Amino acid sequence: MSKYTEDDLREELKTKEYEYGFYTDIQSDTFPNGLNEDIVRAISKKKEEPEWMTDWRLEAFRVWKDMTEPEWANVHYKKPDFQGISYYSAPNSKPKYDSIDEVDPELLATFDKLGISLDEQKKLAGVAMDVVVDSVSVATTFKKTLAEQGIIFMSISEAIKEHPELVKKYIGTVVPQKDNFYAALNSAVFSDGSFCYIPKGVKCPMELSTYFRINQAGTGQFERTLVIADEGSYVSYLEGCTAPSRDENQLHAAVVELIALNDAEIKYSTVQNWYPGNAEGKGGVYNFVTKRGLCEKNAKISWTQVETGSAVTWKYPSCVLKGDNSVGEFYSIAVTNNYQQADTGTKMIHLGKNTKSTIISKGISAGKSQNSYRGLVQINSRAENARNFSQCDSLLMGNECGAHTFPYIEAKNKSAKIEHEATTSKIGEDQIFYCNQRGIDTEKAIALIVNGFSKEVLNKLPMEFAVEAQKLLEISLEGSVG
Amino acid sequence: MDLKEKLLSSFLVFENQVDIDTYVHDVRNDAIKIFEEKGFPTKKEEAWKYTSLNKILKEDYSVFPQQENALEYKDIKKYFIYDIDTYKIVFIDGKYSSHLSQTTHDGIDVCLMSAALTKPKYRILIENYFNKAATKDSLSSLNTAFSSEGAYIHIPKNKLVEKPIQIVHFSTGNESATMLQPRNLIVVGENSHVQIIERHQSLTNNPVLTNSVTEIFANKRAIVDYYKVQNDNSNASLIDNTFIKQKQESVASVHTFAFGGKLIRNNLNFYQQGERIDSILKGVTIIGEKQHVDHNTLVHHIEPNCESHQDYKGIFGENATGVFNGKIIVEKEAQKTNAFQANNNILVSDKATINTKPQLEIFADDVKCSHGCTIGQLDESAMFYMRSRGIPEKEAKALLMYAFSNNVLSSVKIPEIKQRINKIIANKLGVNLGFDL
Repeated sequence: MSKYTEDDLREELKTKEYEYGFYTDIQSDTFPNGLNEDIVRAISKKKEEPEWMTDWRLEAFRVWKDMTEPEWANVHYKKPDFQGISYYSAPNSKPKYDSIDEVDPELLATFDKLGISLDEQKKLAGVAMDVVVDSVSVATTFKKTLAEQGIIFMSISEAIKEHPELVKKYIGTVVPQKDNFYAALNSAVFSDGSFCYIPKGVKCPMELSTYFRINQAGTGQFERTLVIADEGSYVSYLEGCTAPSRDENQLHAAVVELIALNDAEIKYSTVQNWYPGNAEGKGGVYNFVTKRGLCEKNAKISWTQVETGSAVTWKYPSCVLKGDNSVGEFYSIAVTNNYQQADTGTKMIHLGKNTKSTIISKGISAGKSQNSYRGLVQINSRAENARNFSQCDSLLMGNECGAHTFPYIEAKNKSAKIEHEATTSKIGEDQIFYCNQRGIDTEKAIALIVNGFSKEVLNKLPMEFAVEAQKLLEISLEGSVG
Repeated sequence: MDLKEKLLSSFLVFENQVDIDTYVHDVRNDAIKIFEEKGFPTKKEEAWKYTSLNKILKEDYSVFPQQENALEYKDIKKYFIYDIDTYKIVFIDGKYSSHLSQTTHDGIDVCLMSAALTKPKYRILIENYFNKAATKDSLSSLNTAFSSEGAYIHIPKNKLVEKPIQIVHFSTGNESATMLQPRNLIVVGENSHVQIIERHQSLTNNPVLTNSVTEIFANKRAIVDYYKVQNDNSNASLIDNTFIKQKQESVASVHTFAFGGKLIRNNLNFYQQGERIDSILKGVTIIGEKQHVDHNTLVHHIEPNCESHQDYKGIFGENATGVFNGKIIVEKEAQKTNAFQANNNILVSDKATINTKPQLEIFADDVKCSHGCTIGQLDESAMFYMRSRGIPEKEAKALLMYAFSNNVLSSVKIPEIKQRINKIIANKLGVNLGFDL
């Protein structure tokens, strides 16, 4: 990774607004707009799926047809026209550029800013790889290491073909097709995604990431991720591209299902930085994601997310604590600037005895943005000695943004212990003054304070991610000091 | 015929009986239209997610009391705070009872809504204040449409009302099921101070549904203390809608003590329309059996430099259900707001349920807002400490519960109310501690 110094940051802060977006006209294999049973069948056929998968998709489509979009979230946006979208678009294999010199220098600068190595930059920008830096082969070597341990890590399309028994057994068990509007839509039309299976007792030796795979598999707007950690296994999974990725499709409706069997542990980290729209609130990605994990006995699922992008975010990574002694965790930083809107949080459903959950949510709003935390902690009547701790802190910058908290707490067991705290504040003038006195300019001081505010969550991220996330926070809040 | 249709058809009869030339006539007609359109709230509405009215709406309520009923003071004395001198406004089945009441027009008006609505001398006040704080939700509108009786209290400038005012609604249960819709209007002038105690009590086990609306206006530097004692019997349900508009530097506090009743829903709304206002919302809920208590609060911070303090404690036993839905809105002009909200709950039974949703909506940056919410049990080590010193289990539990709710009780300014509440709590917990706490 390239070195990143204070001088670099100062330089960046001078450049006022950064255009993340880039557009390349590539030839791709695209279906006509609209959605009907034929399109669903065609997607399935295109991906050479077995019949059960086609039926499963059709079932989801039929449910989706009769559903309406949820309106309870505290976000306002123009509803996408679901018949105006093309549901299958795979870029063809031809590289976009022949050498890195052809790539938009602005884009490269962004990559530099994030400290992404040259090889990765090439890959992300869609540059053809020469033999030496071919990360495809790098990925293959990874695959070999993983295969030795019996770990299956591949795209979900491959998994449907190669491991139908596993996919068939687990897909839709945590997020059923009819779970909600977007989950149903995703179930019907998902283009690709990742599949991961960790066998019994195996500790996955490296952090698995969709990062390496994203271009190769050509994942579209409807990703489906399925992670299964068999008994006693451990996996840390990183999702999302840390590079600013301009999604032309405007709508991103992914489904992530995690299954942690007895004594297993899954750590799922996301750094989301989709295109947030420009400073006037035009454009940007609608991010409507359903993420849920199921914990069996003594299992643990930990969600960590850093949300800085998207025009509208609607996302509630949840844990169903089904087994006794299972643990659910949720650590989140959501940053909104300009006209961004985020309605994000978690659900912790306590079903088993001695289940524990922790929720730490940090919301930072700036500009004219709206940032909401929406969470549910539910203790069912058989969940003896369930324990929950929630903390939601909001930081406001300027008086045109809003911070909202909607925590739902439902307890049906007398032995439940639940704590919830929320605070809202702004960056203190005294804090800024302290920094200014010591020669730290205001913008830098704010970055410092924001980092301190988010530390609890940043610490939960794997190292490399944490560094990038920290920088992302700074970039997202650029120019928000009033 | 369901209750909604019944109410709509009775409205026509009702409206013909009262004076149709008044300002209120139009207000009522608009209100019934809103109710007709919206109907009774259902669980599909976010604000009613945890409270269903279906069961209590099934009863065949008589909407208008058919006859006047008299009560002897000695029979109902225990429902009053009788050990201090107070003004009293007493209603029996929705009708004013002059011989039980003690009203006044001496410098202040402590009298009846029916008088205020019809007599010309109150006309300006009614036009300025009536239905000016209540929201247009379906239940408040229903009450507005049928508003004819209730308490009317007007305190002019610079008056310190020496005696507290008691508003007591009795239902005799002479009809098999009764629906009551009292409407109270309280206007407190600049620099004035008033203390009000409100209670709803049914005297038999026949079902009663009360849909009450109280509008309170606290003008500059006014101080309003309002106490709601809710300890009705197990077939009485209460939907209490209170709207408080505060002007600058006023202090309004509402204490809600919810111990009895089948279903209680408290909609308590504060609107701060001035600077340096303080709003205080406190509540103790101790319920068991199949009781359901829902506190739905709203504090709307509109102007800068205001404060609000909320503290709700709940103890839930047997099959009881508790709901707390507290909302704080801070508008972007309302800089330097301090808003605090705490909701602490104890579940003492496995079948009891508590649903809580403390909600903050903040649009200003220079504010201090926090909310805290806990659900837990009595501290076992504290129990052990007392048990090991010879305090029986029941008493030890009761002591802890007293201690738990003491934060709220300690801010009650009328000692007699505090004593009364203590007695009710002791009764509720089935203990006699032999001393006042």
